[in-house]
Amino acid sequence: MSKEKKMKLSLPTEELVGSGNLACQGCGATLAMRYFLKALGPKTVLCIPACCWSVIDGPYPYSCLGVPVHHSAFETAASTATGVKAGLQMTGDNETTVVAWGGDGGTFDIGLQALSGAAERNDDIIYVCYDNEAYMNTGIQRSSATPLGAWTTTTPVKFFKDQPKKDIDAIMAAHRIPYQATASISYPEDVYKKAKKAKDVKGTRFLHIYAPCPTGWKSRPEDTIKLGRMVVQNCIFPLFEVEHGEKYTLTMKPANKKPIDDYLKLQGRFRHLKPETIKVMQEAVDHEWTRLLKLCENR
Amino acid sequence: MPKKRDAKKINFTSIAEVPTMPMSLGSMLWNKTGTWRNIRPEIKLEDCIQCGICWKFCPDMSILIENEWPVVDYDFCKGCGICAEECPAKCIVMVEERK
Ligand SMILES: Cc1ncc(C[n+]2csc(CCOP(=O)(O)OP(=O)(O)O)c2C)c(N)n1
Ligand code: SF4
Ligand code: SF4
Ligand SMILES: [Mg+2]
Repeated sequence: MSKEKKMKLSLPTEELVGSGNLACQGCGATLAMRYFLKALGPKTVLCIPACCWSVIDGPYPYSCLGVPVHHSAFETAASTATGVKAGLQMTGDNETTVVAWGGDGGTFDIGLQALSGAAERNDDIIYVCYDNEAYMNTGIQRSSATPLGAWTTTTPVKFFKDQPKKDIDAIMAAHRIPYQATASISYPEDVYKKAKKAKDVKGTRFLHIYAPCPTGWKSRPEDTIKLGRMVVQNCIFPLFEVEHGEKYTLTMKPANKKPIDDYLKLQGRFRHLKPETIKVMQEAVDHEWTRLLKLCENR
Repeated sequence: MPKKRDAKKINFTSIAEVPTMPMSLGSMLWNKTGTWRNIRPEIKLEDCIQCGICWKFCPDMSILIENEWPVVDYDFCKGCGICAEECPAKCIVMVEERK
């Protein structure tokens, strides 16, 4: 105890997400915000559509966040951010970073048109999607980000989801936006680095952050970090960057790619799966992984 | 013992006090989420290697750093167990909450 050492901290100590917030125990979405705001700093405005994060923040007149938040309608995160950015510019503020911060439902599904519009205009905003792979805030309904095989309340065990996860990253790349990246909360330094990089680019930037949800995935809260690590190491959710829709860079190469079984076993939402379904899922993961490696080589 | 983090609840006594634009007027620090917990982390500092990993992964900003050592803020720790799970020195144990 008397060892006179310094604590080794890999991130700045400033916290813009406060304690006392309303997130569940072990919430990945909260960590995503924590790391992201460490990189962005206080000169940031968040536009948050209906999602867990509009609840986590706290009820009126409170907020656990150290930056201004504009709560918007579910389908309008990107267009709200565009408007806030334009408003700030009118007042002569060209410095504040305007961020749309939505869940997977608000991004992959209902907010896709607003996001596509902003990206097509190359509006000067950062769009962050924290991906917990379902509509969690309203009680775990399937979204187009829900992976193949998963249980949700609208894809019950007998009728588990039999479509793959929508490839939102390819959709954003098709818009040729200047910068986009995937990240996972289990690699905070990587989230931080990518958020910093996004901050310094002009135009539409897109971050897709994997955020485990113990409540919706029926996983143990203490496994949140483990899941965010396994999903990357098993090549289910690879970490990469894309510049201008063309230049793909793999930002983490898993040391030795493992089968997806261990990852599935930690989550109640996959408990019903039979080996033959898991085999199909493994083949799909391998196929997508090979495809991504090719994109990264061809640049 | 960590320094107490606290905030007051806001009570409007008349409509005149309510801002015309709905705005946040205070933090959530009045909300002591420590009451949600049924297991609590205990750090055995003699085995701690000061790596900062518990601090880094706590989703509730409830591991504070005091004089270069991690300290749990039991006012807010929700008892998720992430710190104990991720600690490489295995010096955090989750024990049943004392009432
Ligand atoms: C137009 C509209 N339809 C439905 C809702 C109800 N609603 C609020 S949040 C939400 C789910 C959000 O899911 P997601 O974007 O994935 O965020 P999460 O809650 O998972 O963080 C729904 C369906 C709404 N607010 N507005
Ligand atoms: S439901 Fe999931 S994403 Fe939402 S606050 Fe709880 S753990 Fe976080
Ligand atoms: S149990 Fe969870 S909330 Fe409590 S200090 Fe550890 S990581 Fe933070
Ligand atoms: Mg969601």
